[in-house]
Amino acid sequence: MVKHLKNTMVPLLLFGAALAGAAEPVKIGMITTLSGGGSSLGIDIRDGFQLAMNQEQGTLGGYPVELLVEDDARNPGTAKQIATRLTKKEQVDLLTGIVWSNLAMAVVPSVTRSGTLYISPNAGPSALAGEGCSANYFNVAWQNDNLHEAMGQYLTDKGFKNVYLLSPNYPAGKDALTGFKRFFKGTIAGEVYTKLGQSDYATELAALRAVNPDAVFFFLPGGMGISFLKQYQQAGLNNSVPLFGPAFSFDQGILKATGDSALGVVNSSQWSQDLDNAANKQFVSDFHKTYNRLPSLYASQGYDAARLIASALKATGGNIKDKEAFRAALKRAEFESVRGSFRFGNNQHPIQDIYIREVYRNDAGELTNRMIGVGLREHQDAYAKLCTL
Amino acid sequence: MLLFLEQVLNGLQLGFMLFLMAAGLTLVFGIMGLINLAHGSLYMVGAYGAAAVTGLSGSFLLGLAAALLSAGLCGLLLELVALRRLYDRDHLDQVLATFGLILFFNELTKILFGPQPLYLNVPDWLQGTVELIPGAPYPAYRLAVIGVGILVALGLFLLVNRSRLGMLIRAGASNREMVSALGVNIGLLYTLVFGLGAMLAGLAGALVGPLLSVEVGMGEGVLILTFVVIVIGGIGSIKGALVGALLVGLVDTLGRAFLPGLLEWSLSTEAASSLGASLASIAIYLLMALILVWRPQGLFPAQ
Repeated sequence: MVKHLKNTMVPLLLFGAALAGAAEPVKIGMITTLSGGGSSLGIDIRDGFQLAMNQEQGTLGGYPVELLVEDDARNPGTAKQIATRLTKKEQVDLLTGIVWSNLAMAVVPSVTRSGTLYISPNAGPSALAGEGCSANYFNVAWQNDNLHEAMGQYLTDKGFKNVYLLSPNYPAGKDALTGFKRFFKGTIAGEVYTKLGQSDYATELAALRAVNPDAVFFFLPGGMGISFLKQYQQAGLNNSVPLFGPAFSFDQGILKATGDSALGVVNSSQWSQDLDNAANKQFVSDFHKTYNRLPSLYASQGYDAARLIASALKATGGNIKDKEAFRAALKRAEFESVRGSFRFGNNQHPIQDIYIREVYRNDAGELTNRMIGVGLREHQDAYAKLCTL
Repeated sequence: MLLFLEQVLNGLQLGFMLFLMAAGLTLVFGIMGLINLAHGSLYMVGAYGAAAVTGLSGSFLLGLAAALLSAGLCGLLLELVALRRLYDRDHLDQVLATFGLILFFNELTKILFGPQPLYLNVPDWLQGTVELIPGAPYPAYRLAVIGVGILVALGLFLLVNRSRLGMLIRAGASNREMVSALGVNIGLLYTLVFGLGAMLAGLAGALVGPLLSVEVGMGEGVLILTFVVIVIGGIGSIKGALVGALLVGLVDTLGRAFLPGLLEWSLSTEAASSLGASLASIAIYLLMALILVWRPQGLFPAQ
């Protein structure tokens, strides 16, 4: 009798354990900036990611997902602590969400070394794209230089000869101007590094006017860009010297604060809300319906990150524990990206088109962007060849 | 030469802006001996007040009035509810408490206005540029900021040196027990001075609103510069605040404008622009160090 019970119970228990294993959701940790300066970026990434999950009733690729969202307050130390807690205590299968390159550098190398997957929805520092690339690190947005490189190409194509450059004095600022110069063939009228977080550009604008360049290219993320755009207009320069920059200073959140001073400025982006593909149309309309605002490029990156994970879960039958197979599925990137063409290069960064957009006022009277061309097609970053993957 | 003159104007504009902040801070510090880190929050309150009311009414002048009113009221409330209890505590307690207030104000502003920056435009009648120096058009709005700074400096000079209230303020700064023994309500005097300082900070916030972005935490960067100004000028002195503010404004502006160019004589363009930028951002701290070596109490210490 006892033996009989044992014979039936053991397989039953094993079956139960297997069932529980299958029902246990995939754990995804999201470390992003939800408070303080730049919180709108993190909020958009989170909302974009969440939207993809909502569309599948809380699953990704048909498999239940538990999303743990944490606020890093743009502080590298905090981000690092959260990452340790999420990997050690919560034992998440995958991390994502970091907005800023300095936070990514504090978190990503140790996370990927310890075997946890990391999918970047934004930051793409060169240190992680070249020799420091890792099989466990994927970037679904761009390598930091990409948008600047496209603007360099565009200004070359448009025949600008003498361009003035401006960026903050920190690593991403220097990378930006290096990226621009990699593709710009004319002369540089001036190259100015401002203090990070500077808000008054009177000095730089006076110097710029004295040089009288054909065009100005600037990379000033967040509030810095808002101040710069307004002061550029107040100095009357927008009538005489055209302004160009990456999409970071022209997303929906920022356009609300810049007002008309951004009108007509040409900028580069891997995504635009008027991109004509089915995935994007669905994304833009669902995002607007859910959150009652227009999506930004950050939202599109969060959304694509979730859909990339969904594609890999589907391909592997929800088995994220088999790292080898899951990484291979991620690398195939079998999902319709909202940005149109998208695939991973050898360093697991995107090979994609970088578009040129223009700020305009739409029929509803809102400032937003529309596509006016393509800066670089099927573009891969300059560091990929240093990566041995 | 034109560029140099234009940069001097930029330096003066920054200087007068800093003066509005430093005047209030130095009054409070000089008279009550209170280190108020939350002074930058009052600047933020002024900017948000101006942006919100200008947005609703469409009038920049109404916005300006709202900024003065909201920052002034906020200051009075702050003094009555919280800071009053700190006068007799040591500076560390004051720093901790007012730092806490910064966090409080930032969160409150985020709850009321959301995390996105607000939009405040230059009024139509101050749009565009003026050719003050032929060949170098200068933004009309920045000229207006310089004008307001000069008016406030004059007004404060008259108030402090020529009025009864000013006499009490000066006396209170030198010896508060004696003033209070003479039957002056020193508590009320402190509250009034604090309200005045808060209004000046609010005015500064409202004036920079159309230049910069109105966002949570905007007061923290300017606060550091303001402390540099009052340390250079001498703590508790309005004259020191004015001279210190103009010095810091000019050194910062001219440093940023010309240091990278000067370095290009001996370095490559890229190295010069990068090193120049770093040197320019420490220029005001070097200035402060030099002045403190020469005059440890600052340029015009209050007696």
